[in-house]
Amino acid sequence: MIALMEFINFYLIPGIVLGSIYALGAVGITLTFGILRFANFAHGETMTLGVYFTWTLMQITPFHPLVILPASMLLTVLVVLGIDRLFYKPFRASPTIMVVMASFGIMLMVRSVIQFVWGVQLKGLVPGIQRPMVLFDTLRISPKHMVIIASAVVLVLLIHLLLSRTKIGKAMRAMSDSPELARLTGIGTEKIVMTTWVVGASLACAAGVFLAYDTHVETMMGFKLLLPMFAAAILGGVGKPYGAIAGGLIIGLVEELSSYPWIGTEPLLNPGYKAGVAFAIMVLMLLWRPSGLFRGRVF
Amino acid sequence: MAVLSLDQVVGGYGDTQILHGVSMHVDEGEIVVIIGPNGAGKSTAMKAVFGLLNLSSGRVFLDDNEITNMPTEMVVRQGVCYVPQTANIFPSLTVEENLEMGAYVRKDDFRPRMAEIYDLFPPLLEKRKHAAGTLSGGQRQMVAMGKAMMLEPKILLLDEPTAGLSPKFRGEIFSIIRTVNNAGTPILMVEQNAKQALKIADRGYVLVDGKNKFDGAGQALLDDPEVAEMFLGGGSHKVAS
Ligand SMILES: Nc1ncnc2c1ncn2[C@@H]1O[C@H](COP(=O)(O)OP(=O)(O)O)[C@@H](O)[C@H]1O
Ligand SMILES: [Mg+2]
Repeated sequence: MIALMEFINFYLIPGIVLGSIYALGAVGITLTFGILRFANFAHGETMTLGVYFTWTLMQITPFHPLVILPASMLLTVLVVLGIDRLFYKPFRASPTIMVVMASFGIMLMVRSVIQFVWGVQLKGLVPGIQRPMVLFDTLRISPKHMVIIASAVVLVLLIHLLLSRTKIGKAMRAMSDSPELARLTGIGTEKIVMTTWVVGASLACAAGVFLAYDTHVETMMGFKLLLPMFAAAILGGVGKPYGAIAGGLIIGLVEELSSYPWIGTEPLLNPGYKAGVAFAIMVLMLLWRPSGLFRGRVF
Repeated sequence: MAVLSLDQVVGGYGDTQILHGVSMHVDEGEIVVIIGPNGAGKSTAMKAVFGLLNLSSGRVFLDDNEITNMPTEMVVRQGVCYVPQTANIFPSLTVEENLEMGAYVRKDDFRPRMAEIYDLFPPLLEKRKHAAGTLSGGQRQMVAMGKAMMLEPKILLLDEPTAGLSPKFRGEIFSIIRTVNNAGTPILMVEQNAKQALKIADRGYVLVDGKNKFDGAGQALLDDPEVAEMFLGGGSHKVAS
């Protein structure tokens, strides 16, 4: 019983938290891939930017990060739409490799700007350590984790409603299936591209803020998430938003559970190697089934 | 009066010229068929209508309005709908979502139209919650046509609507095309099953090497010995496929 509770408290719940963060980030990556047809290396920086907007707003207002989140999402979206206008739109008809390179450049540029404006030292989003809430005597879940999981569930539900119930969401899926047919159907593809940036940047901002809320604020945080997010998108099937959500959860869980003492008393995998888990899953998936769990695009 | 006309259209992909002066027109109420060997530029001629091609000369008219090189989305808004030869459905969307996308540019209530489409293609009603990509070839073609018809287009362009279908489905699609046409929609279609297509067509064009080769009434083309010899599998020649 104690062992089970320990498993839940220290491995399962952190795994779900991490998985939710990856999932939200991976949705943006997979949508960009499906609709704009390129791997966006700057997506991690979008997260970092969202975190720093939130941090700044928290210095000048007394609100909880969740209250500030919509405002920092909006700021992040505006910056990303500006970047699209300036740097991606001129390349819309260019070969994918040029756009990928552009995104790589933007990644470096945005990071430099962040480091210049906010500095490189570690910051805390919320001060101090919170005491976990104890439920049923033994289930210890920190309020932070509850907030993150609940918010992620709400956001995933919103994504689902957008994609399955709204005209624009269905058009996003249509364009992800076939941009040429979307155009032949009279779907205004620029509007869909804008919507994709709005959704991707909002979710990236949320994911980043959840991570910062759980840990801390630093300029490399988004970049460090890039690999697991790409792994999640590939695992779920590139271009498949539901796949990205499942992929994110799986990778987050596997990363955390890999250091559980499954055999004997030592961690199965030294926690220092956690980061390699996402990479291993990505490589195995590309070898075994490149279309991913949800039959995405093979590139 | 012509609903759609191409006048001496010249164009291609990038620097490669494919069409070297193609002219054709579709009148009110007509079914017009384009036949010709593989690679003749039949699909390319259809793309020329949709601004998917760089036209270096020639003009395209819808009714009396010039639509040469008009952006694709605008051509659709003008009421020209097109079912491409391949990739003509959204496979991960359900059948119903495909039809909704067909009505994307409509501002009014499209439910009555959707009901009409389901009447025309009963199998689709049954499968409306299924992902379109999971349907059989014949049913996919129905989705593609139904989707294009959601706009109640002024003219419908079909690129090889019966390609790869079993004879049973082929007959079914041809009879639906006739029904749609009888309801007032003019149709321009490319067909490899030339004989069957010319039988339901008012007129036909034979395209070879990006140029008009023959044209005439459907029956006249069927009776023309030269056309029969080259394109209808007359004598020992294989039907162009
Ligand atoms: N997207 C494209 N880019 C470059 N060349 C193309 C493209 N599509 C078709 N072609 C070329 O144009 C010619 C005519 O093709 P197409 O119009 O599809 O012929 P058909 O429909 O009569 O079989 C062919 O030589 C083909 O290789
Ligand atoms: Mg063709």
